[in-house]
Amino acid sequence: MPGHGRHLDRRRFLGYLVAAPTLAVAVGLGADAASARPAKAAVPSPPQPEEIFDLGDMQDLAASPTSGLITVHVNEDGTAAFAVPRAEVGQGMTTAIAMMVAEELDLPLGKVSITLADARPELMMNQLTGGSNSMRSMYVPVRTAAAIARERLAETAAAKWGTTADRVTTRNGVVTGPQGQTATYGELAAAAAATATTRAPAPRLKAAGEFTILGTPQGRIDAYDAITGRKQYTMDLKVPDAKPTMVARPPTIGGTPASLDNEDEIRSLPGVTDVAVITSGIAIRAEAFGQCIDAIQKVRATWNPGPVAGASDDAVQQRLKAALPDLTTPVSLLADTVEADFFFAFASNSPLEPDCAIADVRDASAEIWSPLKAPIVAQGEIAQALGLPQDAVTVHVTEGGGSFGRHLFHDAALEAAEISQKMGKPVKLSWSRTDSFRQGRAHPMCVSRIRASYRLGNVLTYEQRHTSVQTEFGHGLGDMVTATASKLPVGGGLTLSQTIFELTQSSPYDFGVTVQALNEVPLEFSTGSMRNIYSPNVVCAQELVVDQLAKKMGKDPLAFRRGFLKDKRLLAALNKAAEAGDWGKALPEHMAQGIAVHSEYQASIAVLAEIDCTPRTVNRHVPDAVTGPRVTRVTVVVDPGFAINPRGLEAQMIGGVEDGIAMALTSSLHISRGLPLEGSWDNYFYTREWNTPLDIQVIILPNTGDSPSGAGELAVAPTMAATACAYARATGRLPTRFPVNHDDPLGFTPLPAEPSTPQSPTDGLDHVF
Amino acid sequence: MPTHTFILNGRRVTVDADDDLRLLWVLRDILGVTGPKYGCALDVCKACTCHINGKAFNPCSVRVKDISPSDEITTIEGLPATVGADLHPMQQAWLDYDVAQCGYCQPGQIMAAVAKVRQARADGREITDADLDELRNICRCGTYARIREAVKAGAQDM
Ligand code: FES
Ligand code: FES
Repeated sequence: MPGHGRHLDRRRFLGYLVAAPTLAVAVGLGADAASARPAKAAVPSPPQPEEIFDLGDMQDLAASPTSGLITVHVNEDGTAAFAVPRAEVGQGMTTAIAMMVAEELDLPLGKVSITLADARPELMMNQLTGGSNSMRSMYVPVRTAAAIARERLAETAAAKWGTTADRVTTRNGVVTGPQGQTATYGELAAAAAATATTRAPAPRLKAAGEFTILGTPQGRIDAYDAITGRKQYTMDLKVPDAKPTMVARPPTIGGTPASLDNEDEIRSLPGVTDVAVITSGIAIRAEAFGQCIDAIQKVRATWNPGPVAGASDDAVQQRLKAALPDLTTPVSLLADTVEADFFFAFASNSPLEPDCAIADVRDASAEIWSPLKAPIVAQGEIAQALGLPQDAVTVHVTEGGGSFGRHLFHDAALEAAEISQKMGKPVKLSWSRTDSFRQGRAHPMCVSRIRASYRLGNVLTYEQRHTSVQTEFGHGLGDMVTATASKLPVGGGLTLSQTIFELTQSSPYDFGVTVQALNEVPLEFSTGSMRNIYSPNVVCAQELVVDQLAKKMGKDPLAFRRGFLKDKRLLAALNKAAEAGDWGKALPEHMAQGIAVHSEYQASIAVLAEIDCTPRTVNRHVPDAVTGPRVTRVTVVVDPGFAINPRGLEAQMIGGVEDGIAMALTSSLHISRGLPLEGSWDNYFYTREWNTPLDIQVIILPNTGDSPSGAGELAVAPTMAATACAYARATGRLPTRFPVNHDDPLGFTPLPAEPSTPQSPTDGLDHVF
Repeated sequence: MPTHTFILNGRRVTVDADDDLRLLWVLRDILGVTGPKYGCALDVCKACTCHINGKAFNPCSVRVKDISPSDEITTIEGLPATVGADLHPMQQAWLDYDVAQCGYCQPGQIMAAVAKVRQARADGREITDADLDELRNICRCGTYARIREAVKAGAQDM
């Protein structure tokens, strides 16, 4: 019937047996239809675009015409291998993919090895990790390939035993015949191989009820390597002659070098092998990174100012204020209103691993290693910058030490390529910690203006106008939006950012006439999204207003939400969180609970946070740190649709909680004279042990569907919101500026703007414990 | 170039390096021991945490000349050897609690945790939440909750 077959699981992915020495099965990532969900039944607030078609759907749609194949290999040692065209930056993607392979192949998880594929331009939009779409877009194709492999192994064994495939069984990497004969996958791998590449018949995928691995809690496949120090990150790779390289940088964001005034002196410093003036600064290559840092102390250079050289926090705020749009939704004269503007400071998306890349650029070719979420885009832009054809540039995707939005961009890889070309030698480039905060991408400053009106127990209008310094998305996501623009259910004439806003934001409440929209102020800061794009700020502002509405309408925050939530899944999550987190329990003065909900990427989540704002806690002293209020207990209830790996999902929720707390309470950048003042982790106050909740409970609701949803970013927004709501109730003041400590006296002495990377201390032995 | 000798993961090593070169770069760039990670070189993030004579320290902020020939430096690679097993109990606890996300901070977290437990034991007591609050290691993936569980579990087997 027309209109059917539009769901992810009904899509068919064409499989092939690939000619190879041992069994290899490939599946095209392209699908025959997009997975746009049907619109829901009419509700008092008409559905906003995100509810019927979200960013993940857009990514599925963008990926569908692709002809690239992904391949599962079965080896003679009985293992299966799969090179996944995605990035692993801590989100557990490789473990989830290994589970998919193991499940459909009937192979123990420990026998599946997952590597990260190099940039493969033919995959086009199918090699982009972002927007939490990896699980959604890989789920059926990867299983299809593994299922074809399993069926092929069964057929091969059956033929060997003179029987038919339906009379043999597969389990734990072994095929068993009707008389109890056995053959391991390893023994069959060569015989099962195809001699010519042919189309494979569509396999039977397991139904969810048959799963023994998918949906069960599993430890990460890379855990052992991580805890023994064997896991190799980019800077741990041993690429011949790729020597440590760092860059002395200008004192303003995006500034450029005018001249290096003591090149000979720098060249003659201990260990220094090469010096090059590059677009972003003065590159120094040496035998050891410590020698690069030493040399940076000595650089005397003249700098051209960057595009926002004079900018300060105040000035940017003025620009945003001037750009705040009028609220246009008509409000009845008889209605009361809640109105507020919420301010969110710049925030850094820097992972713990500083931005880094290895580059080996030769005359006619180049090889790059970097943790990249959009490696094909990187490959194209690096090739262009080097003056090489795209296929002359090999881009290896390395394991990343975190991403949080940073690795959608390839700033370090592009820079390493430029340096290697200029020096004519391989380089191992690391940004310094200070570079990563000051010159790295930031989540832009923004203001959310909200007006809601209510009368006689009903909310009649909800208007939220989000005004932000412009966010760069990188060409990966940008290209997707452009390629699919005509098919997206959002109005024409929207910018890229506005389109993404519409595809990711929607109000979960029946608040009558509902408008949520974005406008941007074009300032040339180096920006990017941060776990995730708009939701933490938008949802935090929204939930604070919801609490205000509840208060004005004489209702408890929980009861109020129950009355206005549109979605049953969200309501179930909310109710469970209230119950498990003891909503409404008696708490001492200056302590309070806050509750918030969020749905995105087809998942639903509720978070209940308890905060301690007692003077005793707020005034704790920890050296070189901010303390302030402490969130003491967090209850997260998540309905992910289908949880591939509940243990991994729980880990993502816990991480999201820490991010949400940091965004609400402590972590921001202060811009002064065109540069963030923050230059170390004792300046940029991401959550630390002394501010982490002692009690975090994550409850995963029973599966409500068969297909996984995006979860890597899910917990950040509702935790930020719940923390803010709890703070408002504990202090009796509505916080409107975030993080709440942003306007406090600076909690640190800023590192100097020059040298751009400070010298390392020498007194480490005084702090031994 | 000056020569420096010390004991690294149970074996005596001798390296040529400038006196002022911080030990982290001696380990990573000269000796190729990459378990200790670079996260700041400011003695802040603690990703590089190792042990000197059984106690936690940050080699990014110690000059190689300040290490003496009798000093025993232990990196995450040499930690199991301190208990003579494949994995140190703290590493096993990290596996049991599936602590690592990106994993970048975790070698430093484990080394700091082991030292913290030893410190508490030296004071004649078990590790408390107040002790754990003193750990300064950054985990930007936010694995703190599982770290706390794992430290307590690992301590029981130490
Ligand atoms: S790298 Fe040594 S403390 Fe950060
Ligand atoms: S696991 Fe990624 S920084 Fe800790």
